[in-house]
Amino acid sequence: MTSSNLHMYVMASPLVAALIVNLLGRFSRRSIPWLVIGSLVVALGGALAVLAAVIDHGPLRYTVGNWTPPYGIELVVDHLSGMMLVLITLVALIASFSSLKSVEQELPGEEHFFFTLYLILIAGLCGLVMTGDAFNLYVLLEITSITSYGLIAMGRGRAPLSSFNYIIMGSIGACFYLLGVGYMYILTGTLNMADIARILPNLNAPVATATALGFLMVGLWIKMAFFPLHGWLPNAYSHAPTGAGTMAAPLMTKVTVYLMVRIILSMYTPEHIYASAAVKSGIVWAAAVAIICGSILAFGQKDLRRMLTYIIVAEVGYMVGGIFLGNANGLTGAILHIINDALMTLCLFLVVAAIIYRQGTVALVSLQGLFYRMPLTMAAFTIGAFAMIGVPPTCGFFSKWYLILGGVEAGHWEFVIALVVSSLINAVLFFRIIELAYFGALVDGEHHEHAASERHEASFWLLKPLMVTAVLLIVVGLGTGVLIDNLISLVIPAGF
Amino acid sequence: MTPSISIWPLLAILISLCGAIPILLSNRQPNLRESWTILIALLKLMIVASLLPGVLYGEGYIFTIAEVLPGVPIELRVDALGILFALVASFLWLFTSIYSIGYMRALNEHAQTRYFASFAVAISSTLGIAFAGNLLTMYLFYEMLSLSTYPLVTHEQNAEARASGRKYLTYILGTSIGLALPAMLITYATAGTLDFTAGGILTGKASPELLALLLVLFLFGFAKAGLIPFHGWLPAAMVAPTPVSSFLHGVAVVKAGVFSIFRVVFHILGPETLQSANLNVVITTVASITLLVASLIALTQDSMKRRLAYSTVGQLSYMVLGAGMISAVGRLGGVMHLAMHAFGKITLFFCAGAIYVASKKKYISQMDGLGRRMPITFLAFFLGSLSIIGMPPLGGFISKWNLVIGTVDGGQYVLLIVLLVSSLLNAAYFLPIVYRAFFADAPAGEETGWKEAPLFCLVPLCLTALGSMLLFFFHDTLLNLAQMAVGIAP
Amino acid sequence: MEQIVQEIVAKYNYWVYVILMMIGFYAMIGKRNLVKKLLGMNIFQTAIILFFVSTGVKKGGRIPIVDKYSGLAGTIDPNTIDNPLPHVLMLTAIVVGVSVTGVALAVLQRIYREYGTLEENEILEKVRR
Repeated sequence: MTSSNLHMYVMASPLVAALIVNLLGRFSRRSIPWLVIGSLVVALGGALAVLAAVIDHGPLRYTVGNWTPPYGIELVVDHLSGMMLVLITLVALIASFSSLKSVEQELPGEEHFFFTLYLILIAGLCGLVMTGDAFNLYVLLEITSITSYGLIAMGRGRAPLSSFNYIIMGSIGACFYLLGVGYMYILTGTLNMADIARILPNLNAPVATATALGFLMVGLWIKMAFFPLHGWLPNAYSHAPTGAGTMAAPLMTKVTVYLMVRIILSMYTPEHIYASAAVKSGIVWAAAVAIICGSILAFGQKDLRRMLTYIIVAEVGYMVGGIFLGNANGLTGAILHIINDALMTLCLFLVVAAIIYRQGTVALVSLQGLFYRMPLTMAAFTIGAFAMIGVPPTCGFFSKWYLILGGVEAGHWEFVIALVVSSLINAVLFFRIIELAYFGALVDGEHHEHAASERHEASFWLLKPLMVTAVLLIVVGLGTGVLIDNLISLVIPAGF
Repeated sequence: MTPSISIWPLLAILISLCGAIPILLSNRQPNLRESWTILIALLKLMIVASLLPGVLYGEGYIFTIAEVLPGVPIELRVDALGILFALVASFLWLFTSIYSIGYMRALNEHAQTRYFASFAVAISSTLGIAFAGNLLTMYLFYEMLSLSTYPLVTHEQNAEARASGRKYLTYILGTSIGLALPAMLITYATAGTLDFTAGGILTGKASPELLALLLVLFLFGFAKAGLIPFHGWLPAAMVAPTPVSSFLHGVAVVKAGVFSIFRVVFHILGPETLQSANLNVVITTVASITLLVASLIALTQDSMKRRLAYSTVGQLSYMVLGAGMISAVGRLGGVMHLAMHAFGKITLFFCAGAIYVASKKKYISQMDGLGRRMPITFLAFFLGSLSIIGMPPLGGFISKWNLVIGTVDGGQYVLLIVLLVSSLLNAAYFLPIVYRAFFADAPAGEETGWKEAPLFCLVPLCLTALGSMLLFFFHDTLLNLAQMAVGIAP
Repeated sequence: MEQIVQEIVAKYNYWVYVILMMIGFYAMIGKRNLVKKLLGMNIFQTAIILFFVSTGVKKGGRIPIVDKYSGLAGTIDPNTIDNPLPHVLMLTAIVVGVSVTGVALAVLQRIYREYGTLEENEILEKVRR
């Protein structure tokens, strides 16, 4: 346990930049990209340094304002949160290139507002993964939520309505979480997670502990759009400005899943969480249903972005199920899937951003013949699709591997079947699009290559991050072993 | 028998994968592009051949690409079974490349660059399957092969190609994700490893019921082997250009399916383990049914390529049947048939393509008297079909002979009958074509002059036909490899 | 029966917060007017704030303002003063609640400008058209 404040810079960099963007961006549009990207590069650099320090010296602890815990707020960076920090800053940095371009097109003159919220959201997410205090977590959760309400409401058309629904649902979720924290406080008299973890095993109040856990979980499930509490997500992410979706869709749900892992690992002990076999398998069943329903709902969509949002709902089921399988493989798979799913979603949403930038829509019918107009974009899409389907060696395969293995080990065949079926449905979903893009409009059942297929690739700013992400999908896939050995296996408690 | 670490297997795979890049780059210069293709094919064959002596000495090679999952690396290992498949595939790829050039240019096909690039990826994946050191690696390359062949199958990009492409992916991807993947994970959860080990990794670890489940999942999960009821993709995939059909659906893809089944039966489940649970009956039953049904369907097909496709489905089951035999000699026959059938079938497909290039004829009923216009092609066709039927002096005889011996050795007389009946059926669906071509009268009003396909098409098909014959006389190496693969002392 | 009544009376703060919460919940889910939904949300939040604050109260406790010197000397019995921490926490929660309400009101304005109404069914009708 060393004391360092390096990780504060990770959070502070986007936060400070947010203020500057708001002020300076009014006068000089050209300063915005520099500020946004600069601050995120600093954040990413900091996050990498923090992760390196954590790997070398073990978890970092930092007490804000020098109030010693359990009274003060404590920030903790262990292997898991270090990894999440890198993930968040990396995804945010990659997404920001594309966001800058699409916001310029969609919200001319409002860039400084947009990026103020955007950067605060990122700072909030960084804070979320670091905090070691249950109440502070609530505050940060609301910071990220409020900024994303704002970002989503900046979209055109139905966006404000979707945002309002999100506000209502999000607030219910946050209130449930707060209620859980309240019960926890009554029980233990502390809000520090480590302190709670120390006190809880000595308490003999199973019902109250379970109630608190129930409230905490339900609150987070609403926030992460766990089926059937997912109602807000598809509208919110498909009506949001493209630039907001590119960053929020990969990160928001995944960070919430991380919070769930954090609460389970750092506040409770596995014995508490998995005490009731009925509850445990009930949740796994619910996850299986979530996976299947999310996939089927995705099937009914006529717009690529909307389809992806339902796939996010299904993917949340993967992770929740993996966590509640109650074995090391399942938990490893779930944590791995947080990373992989963030990258896959990022890749696909970047594709969406690139296509929208060029042709203004991603309705499925408009994708015909896209392989000829935007070959590189579609190549990246294909890799992203393979990752979603779970084709090796893309990263999606390996997390699915662990999840299925966990399911087999726990004897939860319904979960295994749900995973396999959802892979198959994903295959159909994505090949439907690949086919459309590849064959184009068939005239009299014949393909005409040069009919309206002028090559019109997305611009550099949209394309390069996309290429990087597509390569990352494979690199992370091949590096799964390294990730697990050096980070994830250290997070799994010995009791598993 | 300690395998030495060597990077050559990886290079053998990578060379055509990296070769896709210069092919893509020389998009606008067809001559340069085709030179690349040939050069890569040659280099690849040389690399694979250079690995052969080591394997014959009983050494083998091993190379770990990446430690993707703790305990389950992506690993290449060259053993007798693998090198046999790799040799066949890379040898025939050379001929296919030459043939492709003739075929694609003669028909002036579109998107030739994409075609050659996809082809390069497909052959890489095939070698990857051959050299895979564990089930995960094999699965990885298996999926790569499925996906890289999709643009080839749908090359025509018309409505028919789209429908076939759908069917192709539904069958291939559906079974590999839906059946093979869970089976692999259950195997891993049970055995704790996925390394290919002679005699299997599940001995004593799995109950007979679990073994039965795994066997069924694997058998049908590798749908590239075309076992009924998952054979439908193969005839559908015949919409592809003929070189694709000949190489992929005569050699690489379908053999990859059979090879995977071999691997699973020999090195994951273990033949002895299966026999002790009396499960090899499952394999032989499925294979026998497929064999007979496919041969009967082949009889009814008028489209040349569809008849060849159903014949392929049937012949693949010979190999699977071999895998299910009690006697090791039977398994030897199955392994050898993998090579023998490849030479025979690719000749037949090349001929079908040559006929199409020269005369635009696709249906057998149109081929009356065509043999007199294209005598070389039809002679090669005759040799190819003899090999498939299993007549001396052609390679197919050797493998079928071993299969027959195997049934007698193991006392599986029912299978003996199946084999004999199906050989008769093979003769019944191939020989009439030859007869029609040479002896039936050409329809009135057709030209009668000598008109063969271009040399780029003609030379490869003659060479493979010749190869099929040479394999009858010089099969020592092949036999050695097959014996090592099934574990009989040479 | 008497037991149940006793139970309810003894833990009346819980019942108050639960009832308030349900009212808020009903408004959020059941009401068609978006402003009423927002009000429901506020009631919901207030219920939780009440719950928190009530947990800090002790029987016979004084307000938690203590003499500095006796505090430092440690002569004050903590049982005689109310726990101030939940109040402090709720200060933050109120701030959060206010900001959410603010954002929601701003969003409602945009909705009103877009559709000319705040009735959910009317808006949905317009969206469908």
